[in-house]
Amino acid sequence: MSPVRQMWEGMRGQRARIALAAFLGFIAAGSSVALLGTSGWLISYAAQLPPVLSLSVAAVLVRTFALSRSLFRYGERLMGHDAALRGLTSLRVQAYQRLEVLAPVGLARFRRGDLLARLVGDIDAALDLPLRVILPWAQAALVSAATVAFLAWLVPGAGVALALALLAGLTVIPWMVGHISSRAEALLAPTRGSLSISIVTSLEARADLLAFGATDAARTEIASCDCRLTELARREAAGLGLGAGVGVLAQGLAVVACLALAVPAVLDGRIGPAWLAVAALLPLAAYDIVMTLPASVIAYQRVRASAIRVAEVLDAPPPVTDPPDPDPAPLPPLVMQCSGLSARWSAETDSTLRSIDLSLGTRERVAVVGPSGAGKSTLAAVLVKFLAYDGSVKLGDREIHRLGGDAVRGDIGLLGQDAHVFDATLRDNLRLGCREADDAALCDVLARVRLHRWFETLPLGLDTQLGARGTAMSGGERQRLSLARLLLADRRILILDEPTEHLDTPTADLLIDDVLGVTHDRATLLITHRLKGLDCVDRIVVLVHGQIRAQGTHHELLAQGGWYADRWTTEMEREDVAAIAVSIPPGTAMSRGRPG
Amino acid sequence: MDPRLMHYARSTRRFIAIAVVLGALVALLVIAQARLLSTAIVDVAQGGSPLSAIAATLLALLVVIVARAAVSWLGEAIAYRSAATAKSELREQVVDHVLHGCPLGPAGQDAGATAALVTRGVDALDSYYARYLPQLILAVIVPLAVLLTVVGQDVVSALIVALTLPLIPIFMTLIGLYTRARVDRQWATLARLSGHFLDLVAGLPTLKIFGRAKVQAEAIRSMGERYRSTTMGVLRISFLSSLVLELLASLSVALVAVTVGVRLAEGGMTFSAALFILILVPEAYLPLRLVGQHFHAAAEGLGAADRMFAILEAPTPTSGTRADIPIRPAIHIDGLSVTYPGRDSPALYPTTVVMPPGRLVAIIGPSGGGKSTLMSALLGFVAPTSGRVVISGDGVDIDFADVDVAAWRARIGWVPQAPRLVSPGHGPTTIAAAVRLGRPDASSLDVAAALDAAGVLAEIEALPDGVQTLIGDDGQGVSAGQYRRIALARALIRQPGILLLDEPTAALDGVSEAAIVDSLMRARDAGVTVVVIAHRPAIVNVADVIVHIAAPAQRGVAGMTDSAIASAEAKAMDWTRTTLTGSDL
Repeated sequence: MSPVRQMWEGMRGQRARIALAAFLGFIAAGSSVALLGTSGWLISYAAQLPPVLSLSVAAVLVRTFALSRSLFRYGERLMGHDAALRGLTSLRVQAYQRLEVLAPVGLARFRRGDLLARLVGDIDAALDLPLRVILPWAQAALVSAATVAFLAWLVPGAGVALALALLAGLTVIPWMVGHISSRAEALLAPTRGSLSISIVTSLEARADLLAFGATDAARTEIASCDCRLTELARREAAGLGLGAGVGVLAQGLAVVACLALAVPAVLDGRIGPAWLAVAALLPLAAYDIVMTLPASVIAYQRVRASAIRVAEVLDAPPPVTDPPDPDPAPLPPLVMQCSGLSARWSAETDSTLRSIDLSLGTRERVAVVGPSGAGKSTLAAVLVKFLAYDGSVKLGDREIHRLGGDAVRGDIGLLGQDAHVFDATLRDNLRLGCREADDAALCDVLARVRLHRWFETLPLGLDTQLGARGTAMSGGERQRLSLARLLLADRRILILDEPTEHLDTPTADLLIDDVLGVTHDRATLLITHRLKGLDCVDRIVVLVHGQIRAQGTHHELLAQGGWYADRWTTEMEREDVAAIAVSIPPGTAMSRGRPG
Repeated sequence: MDPRLMHYARSTRRFIAIAVVLGALVALLVIAQARLLSTAIVDVAQGGSPLSAIAATLLALLVVIVARAAVSWLGEAIAYRSAATAKSELREQVVDHVLHGCPLGPAGQDAGATAALVTRGVDALDSYYARYLPQLILAVIVPLAVLLTVVGQDVVSALIVALTLPLIPIFMTLIGLYTRARVDRQWATLARLSGHFLDLVAGLPTLKIFGRAKVQAEAIRSMGERYRSTTMGVLRISFLSSLVLELLASLSVALVAVTVGVRLAEGGMTFSAALFILILVPEAYLPLRLVGQHFHAAAEGLGAADRMFAILEAPTPTSGTRADIPIRPAIHIDGLSVTYPGRDSPALYPTTVVMPPGRLVAIIGPSGGGKSTLMSALLGFVAPTSGRVVISGDGVDIDFADVDVAAWRARIGWVPQAPRLVSPGHGPTTIAAAVRLGRPDASSLDVAAALDAAGVLAEIEALPDGVQTLIGDDGQGVSAGQYRRIALARALIRQPGILLLDEPTAALDGVSEAAIVDSLMRARDAGVTVVVIAHRPAIVNVADVIVHIAAPAQRGVAGMTDSAIASAEAKAMDWTRTTLTGSDL
């Protein structure tokens, strides 16, 4: 099924409303054709100097069509938007349900907020499908058919001529416009792309260019690329303008043809002279409606591009699936045991785990350390069943691929690098962890994660709005909030995946101390690339290139040498520099004598 | 119509002039078409002329139609051409402005967004030029021309048109004023509701962790329902204005038709005048209706233009004119602080430091303390909020604000924290081309010497393509350590009086680090002032001056207890003494 078709299927429930909107639009468009036709008849008939009273029916019709054109158009727009918005809601629900299966591993490439916003925007583009594509086409086709039928009844020859002209307006002209615009787009895209690359390169390096006085060279390079794009675009302009001219031409030809074909009918008395104006004016009015279609071809192309991008995401294979008949939840004691565990983040990346053997006993605290890209986050994703694996991962007496994802995560909690703070109140954000928690419990947990000072500064307390449109929180505060949520959820096993990743060093040090402090009573797997504070965990596992290189306590690993010992030395050196800083007041310098 | 568009995109003026001429032409052709069409119909219906008798009229009608088609084709083609030119004009200025130091926020972060704006984003202007602007011009010219023509035929009809036409903008404004507050309030709710879906999708991983992801589908459904009912509330009002527009247009056409018909039946006017008026009057309202339809596309185009104007109107740092910079300047930093626009707290708190010539100055402190900002100030990328920098030597003191920034930068070799090796105008970037950015006229020997001074020549000569090795955008082709040392060579080849380095050894192995420290010491010994932001002791150890930059809240190591600070101080004193002893020997 094509992506647009798939999008349309997603709005299936709204077909009746959309059909009604199309009908209202047909009446509105039909009224505007009839308005001109009736007025033409009225005036032509009046020219024969009949009694004025005999004009009254036509006069009433003219006023009625004038009113109905506007009112039905209003109705059509309201009904159409209502249906489109309803359709969008059901599309969003379907998309969400699919995204829910994919997240987070299947959406890893959307980690950047703007890409995710674009995906959501692409789903919202579905609004245009009924509003700017289907409705205009449906109305234009219906009005065309009705006008042609009427004119064919009046003067068969003129009906045929109008049918041909309108058919061109419904099919050939929009197709031509669409073809020309997509051809121009295909021609321009590579040049635009290379211009974009040269602009991005220069802008990213702009500090370097400024400092080295090389901005002029960059400007010249961009300008020559720009020149090529503009020249191409100017050459395409003639083609893009063609649609408007062809429409006007077809309309005019239809008018002249219908007029010429109706003249003999008047002369030989087949129709009254008053109908001649009608035969000439109907094509004029009907074609005005068909002339909006080229714009809707462009709209269709846009919707199609969005639909393709959405389908690319939603049709991707899920990174892990739940078994149709999951095993019952494991019984305590919940020991976690990986043996021969292999996994990869996605088909394209090398971030692969190879034959990992790892155990985590009840209340045991294990740290997994290693350079970035070693597969640490892949391990975390496997353990909370975000990612499929080979080998064995046992939770108690159960294999986790035989359990439902929600069941696994009912026992294993995860604190990630940047947990999301929702656009909701502080209370709602916390209750995500435990829906039954009362305010006292919430305040208590805020104190445990040392957010009580921050909490006291909030005038609205637990009702404070957080998130994108709410109170701004620092990175450290967000992570503490996430920790509080996790504590409320009371999971038996905790996985902490680089909880201090995006924080500055002092904040990170304070946070990691507190994290290890409040989680001391449960099994914890701490994944980190910083080594500070690891002297208090039971065991440290060094993961390099997806394999376990060494295991042991802090002191054992220091004695062994290798990655851990090197890394430790580097971190200590930083501490030393920080220590020098302590002796110099900020914003001042300390000078040392130097011989010579 | 935004006057800034004419100011920044000068080709717009010419385009508007052409569009006015074409608009007048369209008006003439519309009137001619109505005249010919009515004549042909009247001749047959009233005069009983055969087809052959009206053949000339029909032929003339065909000519007018072809001319109309040609004019609308020409109009759109010119519009697209002008749009291409205007977009290029805007693009060039934005790129220029940004390249000349218009602040964009944290380095590089907005480069992609700005590039997208000036390439894809500006395409929204196509519809603005091709549809909205010409239609706006037609909406002024055609109704006036029609009105003038109708006056000559029938005063009563002209009066109806003259009275209803101005009502359209008046009513739309009145409705707009009346409903604005309500619509604004609804839009605020709307924006909130529409952000919600994105919020939930972005928070999906968190929702899954807490087993709350599946149940949110219901929340999305109910939120969509609320979104719909709020939106419909807004639309019911905002569609009202187009309802009024349509209603006025169609009722006045109906009014003209009926009054003309009645007077015609009473013998008060001629058939040909009546039909001519009937065909012509709707043409007066059509462009007004179309303007409304194209408004959406226009708003999108103007939105993109607005974002570019915002960039163009942001001030760039100014430069002084004094180029008599001493050969070996000392840099006096006196109470210098920097607060970025729109921020509450300073990025750099007041700092007072003297950087003597020919010394190695190490800047240390926590991240976010303002070290890089200090360096940006020394490069003239940001202007001080308070305090000043004075360049002194050879018996003169120059306030940095008076210095010709380009001349000053020509004296500086800079190695940023994340250097970008580029060679604009020289095709794909090779190592040699990247180094030559520092001095475009450097000979191959100079390049080799600079690479040697940066301690990387031997490794590069071992590569299959040597100095002609291509460097990709992300530094593919060379290692991270080599990349940084090439950036150092680029700075050294300028034979600078001052070297500014931002964490030159971050994430480097010990060998690369030692090579860089060596080159810095050699540069210092050759009389260059070396200012380096350092996190590692290898550099701090050899520094003559150590500057500590930190926000007051970061004083010391945050969260340290008093005894920890005391021991850290003891350690630092210890270390300083060791270094001093080392230097003394």
